[in-house]
Amino acid sequence: MILTNIDSVPGRQIVQHFGLVQGSTIRAKHFGRDFAAGLKNIVGGELKGYTELLQESRAEATSRMVAQASELGANAVINVRFTTSSVAQGASEILAYGTAVLIE
Amino acid sequence: MSSVELLITLGIPVVLIVVGKVVGASIERSHYRSIVEREARFRARPAVSTKELDAPGPIQSANLAVGSVVVSVDHFKRFLSGFRMIFGGEVRSYSSLIDRARREAVLRMKESQPGADAYLNTRLETSTISSTAGNEGMGTIEVLAYGTAVHYDRRP
Repeated sequence: MILTNIDSVPGRQIVQHFGLVQGSTIRAKHFGRDFAAGLKNIVGGELKGYTELLQESRAEATSRMVAQASELGANAVINVRFTTSSVAQGASEILAYGTAVLIE
Repeated sequence: MSSVELLITLGIPVVLIVVGKVVGASIERSHYRSIVEREARFRARPAVSTKELDAPGPIQSANLAVGSVVVSVDHFKRFLSGFRMIFGGEVRSYSSLIDRARREAVLRMKESQPGADAYLNTRLETSTISSTAGNEGMGTIEVLAYGTAVHYDRRP
């Protein structure tokens, strides 16, 4: 599965469009991570626990989008976008969406 | 007894601010060193916000590159920004945080597809992270950078 965030797959011809595909996940932080981040907050810098958490969630959302695309018979997703929104205190939704297409 | 209590209630925040200032500044310095060094290594492989670029040859392959980072400010800068909130104006102590986060995210995006010749349509997205306690203004942000990594066919 090829993913791009531009209107085409460079160097390849699009033969069929399947429309919008999306994948999302809502994650909450757990207490331990929040506590460790609270300590790290004193000195600042990267909070690795949160970075990993969000990367995992984004990978999950992307793989759900890819699963939806392959179900439709697509072999690429173009114009992929990511958005994040906070659903509740301490929980956030990560959404990945794009257009499923068939390329040569 | 009361003087001990006073010492504790006043002392702990002061110690946290001092620790934040000393350790935070050293973390920031070493982070900037690493950013500058890695940026130099990737200078020949630009990340652009346009969808097309004059290519030396046809594009061989394209793939999504993603990089993200979560960073927070130290206690000293949080304390400084508290003062700034009274008088208004630019919060300089936070600009370096955002700058570090953006540059780091772009570098991670490039490192996720290290062999690419260029990164087209690079997008930057920033979101704030609030603590579970609902404490806003914790000074923690996530920056996400993503783009399309392309390889050029360099055969003449």
